[in-house]
Amino acid sequence: MTTLAVLEQRDGALRKISFEVVTGAQRLGQPVEAVVCGTGAVQGADQVAKFGADKIVTLTNPAFARYAPEACAQALAERAKHGGYRAIVFVASATGRDLAPRVAAKLGVAVAADLTDLKADSNGLVVTRPVYAGKALLKVKVASQPAVLSLRPNVFTPVERPKAGATETVAVSVAPGRVTVREIKAAPAGTLDVAEAQVIISGGRGLKEPANFKVLEELAHAFGGRAAVGASRAVVDAGWRAHADQVGQTGKTVSPALYIAVGISGAIQHLAGMRTSKVIVAINKDKDAPIFKVADYGVVGDLFEIVPKLTEEIRKLHG
Amino acid sequence: MKIAVCIKRVPDSETRVKIAPDGKSLDEAGVKFVLNPYDEFAVEEALRRKEKAPPGAGEVAVFCLGPTAAQETIRTALAMGADRGVLLSADRIPSDPLESAKVLAAELKGSSWDLILFGRMAIDDYNTQVGTLVAELLDLPCVSAVSHLDIEGTRGIAEREIEGGIEVVDFPLPAVLTTDKGLNEPRYPALKGIMAAKKKPLDVKPVQPGTGTLEIVALMPPPERKEGKIVGEGAGAVGELVRLLREEAKVL
Repeated sequence: MTTLAVLEQRDGALRKISFEVVTGAQRLGQPVEAVVCGTGAVQGADQVAKFGADKIVTLTNPAFARYAPEACAQALAERAKHGGYRAIVFVASATGRDLAPRVAAKLGVAVAADLTDLKADSNGLVVTRPVYAGKALLKVKVASQPAVLSLRPNVFTPVERPKAGATETVAVSVAPGRVTVREIKAAPAGTLDVAEAQVIISGGRGLKEPANFKVLEELAHAFGGRAAVGASRAVVDAGWRAHADQVGQTGKTVSPALYIAVGISGAIQHLAGMRTSKVIVAINKDKDAPIFKVADYGVVGDLFEIVPKLTEEIRKLHG
Repeated sequence: MKIAVCIKRVPDSETRVKIAPDGKSLDEAGVKFVLNPYDEFAVEEALRRKEKAPPGAGEVAVFCLGPTAAQETIRTALAMGADRGVLLSADRIPSDPLESAKVLAAELKGSSWDLILFGRMAIDDYNTQVGTLVAELLDLPCVSAVSHLDIEGTRGIAEREIEGGIEVVDFPLPAVLTTDKGLNEPRYPALKGIMAAKKKPLDVKPVQPGTGTLEIVALMPPPERKEGKIVGEGAGAVGELVRLLREEAKVL
């Protein structure tokens, strides 16, 4: 049996997050067939062979110029029905969270969503997913075949494992969609989404006023395009930062390589969104702040002295 | 405009998770339950749509699959201003979200809703799909994680946050939408609303959800993060911090 890994593209180019799906899908121990919806050849799709895709299928239709929720779901569900797959694997990105349940419903099953681990053996397919904002992990046995799964972003670090990656292109016919994406308002060039950044520098009430986020932006800039600035719920609710930047239970769940919490006390809702970061640094003037309990490294003191100094040091490294 | 809002009773976000003796569920002793925060955006949006309509022209009905105690959650939505509530009463919420969706879809089917609203996810099980599944079961157009909404007649324009931007989506009514933070600022129930809610109709209908294909094996505490260290105080500690990040953590 084969595992179907669903890739993502935007503007005709493969999104890097697709490599995570291919890497995660291999955990099931079956050959991986990668599939992407596009108007034609998707730039960079052949790259997934390097990460272990045995086959790469492009489903083409003019409707796939932008994300077409209904048409994509129809095309993928039809492929899934006829392919006899063990599992259909998505990434739980903004698009994946929308698309996976549509495909699942057409296959008569639910999505085992937002997984941080998956394993198939003689006992069946067992997956792990964080619940209660990461305060607990749920182990779930998935009895359906195919299983429909979505992987938490930034958890399945892409591993190179070159395969042949035979390609196939199939023109598919789809019903006209009722729901259509008319445009994408892009964030200003150069801003990286917190959900995709390898380094996140988040600020809380300790920043004192919105303009002071400049010190965090300077530190992010010093990382040279790898870092994004995040925010706690308190400062988003106060209108200092956009909701798109919020990390926590009612914001985004992130797992960057490095998370730097600046002037954030560490309310349980915030910890929920960032506790799976690989390395956590906390900078706070209150040495008893709960954030220090989850931080690998803490610095106590005035952030307005510490952060600029850190920026200077990072610049030296990347200079 | 006739609007259905599906809501859920969840443990408050401040809850300390204690695992029940069965090893598969939350120990509910001492846990405070609330209306799921994402569902508050859905209730608020429904109320605002109704308030824009001529008096008496619209209806906001809330539906909740849950235990008897979820009547209290429904009363919260009624206190915010919803007109009536329906409890789909079951001892347990199924571990398979498709089974929850089937129960809700069966109840919603056959009435001519202009909009069916859900919160985009529940803060307990993080399944993030029941609204979309209901839309599929009812064959209605669906937009998930809506953070901005305009409706003109029977056409809607919704915005949803995606990585690095905002997707602007056109859809026809009737439709199923799931709501994200940023859509609106939910109101607090006023005392008058709380008093009025006590007299509003609340139907209780027993349901028997199926078991589905997702079976809970265990609920476990997350792995503890290993004890961290305070590197030092003030700007003078930055040199050592950078050294540790390079040499020990190897992230620089």
